[in-house]
Amino acid sequence: MNTTTDVTTDARADARAAQIADEAGERRFNELLASESRVEPSDWMPEGYRKTLIRQISQHGHSEIIGMQPESNWIARAPSLKRKAILMAKVQDEAGHGLYLYSAAQTLGVDRETMFDQLITGKAKYSSIFNYTTPTWADMGSIGWLVDGAAICNQVPLCRVSYGPYGRAMVRICKEESFHQRQGFEILLELMRGTDAQKEMAQESVNRWYAPALMMFGPPDEDSPNSKQSMAWNIKRFSNDDLRQRFVDMLVPQAEILGVTLPDAALRWNEERGHYDFGDLDWSEFHEVLAGRGPANTIRVSRRREAHENGAWVREAARAYADAQAESRRGLVA
Amino acid sequence: MSHSTNHIASTAITPESIAQSLASSSDLPDVAVATYALGLGDDALVLAQRLGEWIARAPELEEDVALGNIGLDQLGHARSFLTYAGSAFGKTEDELAYFRDEPEFLNHQLFEQPNGDFAQTIAKQMIASVYFVALYRGLAASNDAMLAAIAAKAAKEVDYHLDHCVQWVKRLGLGTAESNRRMQRGLEVMWAFADELFRSDAPTDSLVALGIAVSPSSLRPAFDALVPPLIVASGLTVPVTTFTRGGGRAGLHSESLGPLLAEMQVLARAHPGASW
Ligand SMILES: [Fe+2]
Ligand SMILES: [Fe+2]
Repeated sequence: MNTTTDVTTDARADARAAQIADEAGERRFNELLASESRVEPSDWMPEGYRKTLIRQISQHGHSEIIGMQPESNWIARAPSLKRKAILMAKVQDEAGHGLYLYSAAQTLGVDRETMFDQLITGKAKYSSIFNYTTPTWADMGSIGWLVDGAAICNQVPLCRVSYGPYGRAMVRICKEESFHQRQGFEILLELMRGTDAQKEMAQESVNRWYAPALMMFGPPDEDSPNSKQSMAWNIKRFSNDDLRQRFVDMLVPQAEILGVTLPDAALRWNEERGHYDFGDLDWSEFHEVLAGRGPANTIRVSRRREAHENGAWVREAARAYADAQAESRRGLVA
Repeated sequence: MSHSTNHIASTAITPESIAQSLASSSDLPDVAVATYALGLGDDALVLAQRLGEWIARAPELEEDVALGNIGLDQLGHARSFLTYAGSAFGKTEDELAYFRDEPEFLNHQLFEQPNGDFAQTIAKQMIASVYFVALYRGLAASNDAMLAAIAAKAAKEVDYHLDHCVQWVKRLGLGTAESNRRMQRGLEVMWAFADELFRSDAPTDSLVALGIAVSPSSLRPAFDALVPPLIVASGLTVPVTTFTRGGGRAGLHSESLGPLLAEMQVLARAHPGASW
């Protein structure tokens, strides 16, 4: 019997079986998208879809983790115990969001160590907004109101994203983000009802955060080449500019209640469009921060790296202990 | 004694609900009870402030969440005790937290000690949690209904903190040579401050006699029964460090409290009278 021929025949049969499985998988994948259903980890999916999701979900997770820093800056100095408690809980929520998202990314075949490594070596991207600094207490208000507010506009549609684990993580996250936005609004409201110095602090902070928050939706649609494919895959539901418009429309009445002025001379109601018009954004600033030249890019990454490296011996000890426990349990069984 | 309103213990107690119930009550704590509550509140507040320093710096994300949780619980206890204490002096929790100077803080010195590395933080939190578990269980039976209610809620939470710390003492003690060395050093540093927790003082003793306060020295056996065996079972040595002079309850502090308060109070003091 010629074994070589046998092996070749087997390999050919395997390849053919795989091809048939792929074709069936692709058909099913397309059906899932067409019927607005969820794709689950065990389903067949195109490589590009998997890669796009890994990139997007891990970047999203990194943003949550890096986003802890600008706010943890004020935990020690929060001006009332109630605000201190709310801020601690918020920063802790963000750590939880990072964990949900890393878990969702893990279902696509990437492990947490790899993602963390990309983050602390500066290879991975995260939302540029967190490269801005928080010099005043009012920034805790602006981050909640504007940054969490923009995040909600971005993320509510993601609750219906085609990939199941990501969508389910977003449902949990969005609930908490809306608390965060309300808490930020309350911080600013309290300041705007306070002393002149407090009002000034609030307005100055809104002046700094408004434009960067609008840029969180990404470049204008004509400069956003990847969006089309993401929309076809039911990963992205609305264009960057649509989401930005929705955000501005939401902000204006809230700013009126607060009594803060949004720093945009071109901002006005357009009766015909049924939306607010707003001025052009300085995209060169966006690209500067994206290129690593924002106020705190190196600080954010190195702080995360420092925490990770300082904790190496702790994680190692926990592993060694767990291994020893497992070993002794096996010993007992045997 | 005095402040027994049965509904207090049965409802979910928060700093806000305490403030609300005290606002409409003529049954406020006297100065002795308020001063006792102030010491308990300061213990929890100063510890929470230190735990907050870990957030976004912990060895892993899960620990960021866990230390944050413990800190939040401690802050909740602090707010409840301070709100209660303040009602006797016409002050809010924030007036007490932000507008008292160092000698007016009555916390034990253990709580103000710097975090050090993770092992040192765990050593401190373990000692603190053993103390709190015994204290709050006892205080839950206090004749002062408000102290009893606050302690009953806190007792459940510190049980979980203790469990978390015990797990880490074992992991670090039995993990690697380096973690064992660091855990041992953390214990050496914090051990000196443990004794102060169990020393009686005259104002507390007079409340003990009324069935309001828990006698600090009565908590020592629980500590001795649990902690040295845990240390030994974790491959560590019970420290022989001599104890410090203490005096936290009388407003005497180590060099660490001043900078902690300076940071905590800086913004509030820059805007006196402002609300946030
Ligand atoms: Fe978040
Ligand atoms: Fe958030």
